[in-house]
Amino acid sequence: MLYMLKKANAIALYMFAFFLTSIPSLAKETQPGKDLKTEIKKYISHHLEDAHDFSLFSFTNNIGKHVYVGIPLPVILWDEGLKVFSSSKLNHGEGVAEVGSSYYKLEHGKIYRTGPEGRINYDKNNHPTNKLPIDLSITKGVVSMLIIAFLMFFLFASLAKSYKENHGIPKGIGRFFEPIVLYVRDEIARPNIGEKKYSYYMNFLLTVFFFIWFLNLLGLTPLGVNVTGNIAVTFGLALLTFLVTNLTGTKTYWFHILDPLGNSMKWYSKIPLYIILIPIELLGIFIKPFSLLIRLYANMQAGHIVLMSLIGLMFIFKSWLGSPLSFGLAFAISIIELLVALLQAYIFTMLSALYFGFAAEDHEHH
Amino acid sequence: MEKLISEFSLGLFFWQSAIFIGLLLLLRKFAWKPILNAVNEREDSIKNALDSAEQARIQLENLQSENQRLLKEARKEKEILIKEALKTKNQIIDDAKKEALNQTEKILSQAQETIQSEKRAALKELKNQVGSIAIDIAEKVINKELENKDKQMNLVNDLLKATDFK
Repeated sequence: MLYMLKKANAIALYMFAFFLTSIPSLAKETQPGKDLKTEIKKYISHHLEDAHDFSLFSFTNNIGKHVYVGIPLPVILWDEGLKVFSSSKLNHGEGVAEVGSSYYKLEHGKIYRTGPEGRINYDKNNHPTNKLPIDLSITKGVVSMLIIAFLMFFLFASLAKSYKENHGIPKGIGRFFEPIVLYVRDEIARPNIGEKKYSYYMNFLLTVFFFIWFLNLLGLTPLGVNVTGNIAVTFGLALLTFLVTNLTGTKTYWFHILDPLGNSMKWYSKIPLYIILIPIELLGIFIKPFSLLIRLYANMQAGHIVLMSLIGLMFIFKSWLGSPLSFGLAFAISIIELLVALLQAYIFTMLSALYFGFAAEDHEHH
Repeated sequence: MEKLISEFSLGLFFWQSAIFIGLLLLLRKFAWKPILNAVNEREDSIKNALDSAEQARIQLENLQSENQRLLKEARKEKEILIKEALKTKNQIIDDAKKEALNQTEKILSQAQETIQSEKRAALKELKNQVGSIAIDIAEKVINKELENKDKQMNLVNDLLKATDFK
């Protein structure tokens, strides 16, 4: 019931805010003579990227200037010393930020060091040649992750507290989340890792499951965040799975990789096979988490692209038939995306648990 | 692939890892451990409760069958007791009758014996009495008759004939 309510709420909020945000920005940014399709395409690709400020929407005012509505975020650069300044100085790539004696400009989501005039030089492959400082800014994605982290902390800490206060029975929203925690334990961790060792991995599995799920859901809100569809985030998550898998790997696990045939063959007959097998097995160590990072990234990215394209179609058709049609499609895709948000979190957790299961294997079965 | 690499943001990766690991550590301490412990405890207590309920059920069943057994035994014992009591009663009655009969017989035989001995004593007394009377008579007769010797003899003979001794 709660889930349904939440779903309905999310959809309602989503639709409401998309009308508020996307339409003015898309409609008003369109200038006569400009190709609407490239405009939409640019808007979508801009949305998919991380941003240095938390912009809600933008429009062009009557003197032809872009007006952005949102919250500026701190920019943290390491460029011969720590440089911290507000992203409002960058003015969405339209201005040059002067910090001390250095000048920075935002170009395609990256901050380059420039001269006072803010010129960016390109090489023959159209790559900027300007110096790229180390960028540790609190971007939109970081803020989203912080929000989710706080949300998760308070949610689950209160659930933990409600057990003490209510004699082992959860209260309030915990009643909804406890079965999910138990599902992760009983359906994901236990069967894949085994009764003996699953509890060591529960912290990671639960955190990663809810982290991905909540970020996926946040990506469906009209705030326009696309955190789990960002390769750096999925890379970070998959890297942790990789580290946990290989750092907790038992002797059996490494034997399976380095001696996959075991005692089924004489050692001299194994040599020619192992020239091929061992590199494959070793590569497998990296391919497994790599598939995790690509799967999550591609699914979320694709979902956002499809959804935004369908919404963009409304502005291309501009007819009594096309717009309702694309609205209907976008509506249906949104519902599917709600499912995908959960499914991808489940798959990531499930496969992580599977890999941990390989790593935690303790018995010999040759 | 090139697009992926150019999209990769070191800053985001750094913050993601930092936030995630921080969250993981915090949640481990404040959420997952207490939650899983509480759930495990609850599951254990439910399991224990079910186990003890089952045990109580078995005990109750045992108790009931024990009760049944005791009841049956008690009933059997009661029957035996009643039977025995009946038997005892009949025996007592029989004994009493026999005793009474014996007593009666004894009293009767005693009475007869007494009667016999009384009779004998009475006869003896009578004999003595008769003897002395006879002697008295004889004396008187003798005194009178002895005046005549024949007469004396006759008399003695007559007297002796008349008196039938037993």
